[in-house]
Amino acid sequence: MATETEPMASEPTNPAAATGDPLVVLENVNKHFGPLHVLQDINLSVRTGEVVVVIGPSGSGKSTLCRTINRLEPIDSGTITVSGEVLPEEGKGLARLRSEVGMVFQSFNLFAHKTILENVMLGPIKVRKEKSAVVRERAMALLTRVGVANQADKYPAQLSGGQQQRVAIARALAMQPKVMLFDEPTSALDPEMINEVLDVMTSLAGDGMTMIVVTHEMGFARRAANRVVFMADGQIVEQNTPEEFFTNPQSERAQDFLSKILTH
Amino acid sequence: MALAESGNLAVGGVQYLWQEHNAFLDGLLGTVKLSLIAGILSTILGLIVAAMRVSPIPALRIAGTAWSGFFRNTPLTLVFLGTSVVLPIVGIRFAWADAIGLDTFFIFAVIALSTYTSCFVADAIRSGFNSVPVGQAEAARAVGMTFGQTLRLVVLPQALRTVLPPLASMYIAMIKNSAIAEFFNVGELTKFFDDSVRDHPEHLYAEFIAVALGYIVLTLLVSAAFNLAERKLAVTR
Repeated sequence: MATETEPMASEPTNPAAATGDPLVVLENVNKHFGPLHVLQDINLSVRTGEVVVVIGPSGSGKSTLCRTINRLEPIDSGTITVSGEVLPEEGKGLARLRSEVGMVFQSFNLFAHKTILENVMLGPIKVRKEKSAVVRERAMALLTRVGVANQADKYPAQLSGGQQQRVAIARALAMQPKVMLFDEPTSALDPEMINEVLDVMTSLAGDGMTMIVVTHEMGFARRAANRVVFMADGQIVEQNTPEEFFTNPQSERAQDFLSKILTH
Repeated sequence: MALAESGNLAVGGVQYLWQEHNAFLDGLLGTVKLSLIAGILSTILGLIVAAMRVSPIPALRIAGTAWSGFFRNTPLTLVFLGTSVVLPIVGIRFAWADAIGLDTFFIFAVIALSTYTSCFVADAIRSGFNSVPVGQAEAARAVGMTFGQTLRLVVLPQALRTVLPPLASMYIAMIKNSAIAEFFNVGELTKFFDDSVRDHPEHLYAEFIAVALGYIVLTLLVSAAFNLAERKLAVTR
């Protein structure tokens, strides 16, 4: 079922990641939910082609962090820039910037009243005003890539969770984004469907897509990430290469977290 | 004897109605025209107000809430007084309407009925918006849709099915509410009733039944149309 277009790269760390320019930059970002300080002076820079995996205990602010990057969550202070442009507060400027930032949600959020193919085509046609025939071709290619081309005329509710999430990835890719955000993309999936989604993501990483991935999938982090960012209590506690982070975590919080998840 | 007498009266009533059927149909047509135009305008207005109330711009949200709060909490008769009496006093008389053969009182009635009904339409639509999971709108925004596109292409189509039943009740209420226009010089069904009772009180029952049937037919038509629409939407899901 999963895509076979890309041989799974054993060394997906792509050279561009080391030299790429900063694409997504967060500077002194703060956010509160009422009295809760969910993001505390966050500084993070993601370079073009880099795959950054954000991990941490629940409630650490990692999902919120991910959602601030396309301003689904507004921030209280600090700045966020995407390819050098500060995120506009609202309106057409923000919409345009969002169209260049792909997002994949935990709960898929496919448009329930549209077919699979329509889901993938809607953005390019309505937002980018591209020609339907061109978009259809690209959409079908993407659906083939994620392995659900044969479901193109079905509605989202008729697909399994894993299939829906792969369509959601295709929908985001159809906009030809500069960066992809993944907000716990496998957390709502049945265990047997997690790998089909991770395979698509790994192949995407191998192609040099810039990715920011919030996940609990440590295997994916080891396999595909250039950098692991560990968050706890609204702060970035530690960041390192996956190899260094998993074998030699520096902070106590990270050691504690890893001991809890890796022992079973 | 009494039976024969009431029989005669019934025959007389039917004869009277037959004789006056043009006036009756004029009244019915007046109600249909008023309801149809006010229905369309209140739907457009209601959509705008509902969109304002979920808009990201605070000023629009406040304006939408104020509009709903004001007209929803004002008795319809007062709204009619406002348009038919106060508007002309402040100089809004729609003088151009006469020139194209439109009755200004009819225009005032349309304005009153549409503004009043728009609040209820807005609330029905807003509750429909709320029935659509937040993730749908978030996904739309994430692919770069503007606020308007998100509502039009993603939220509204999915809200429609939830919105239809309360909308149907509202249009039915509006048809009946249109009877108030009678007191503001608009020729419609209730005015026909009023005029004919004044002239021929002996046919009260016949007049009453005819007018009541007129309203029932209109409201049943609305119900039927909405039932059909609901079933259509259910199938395409």
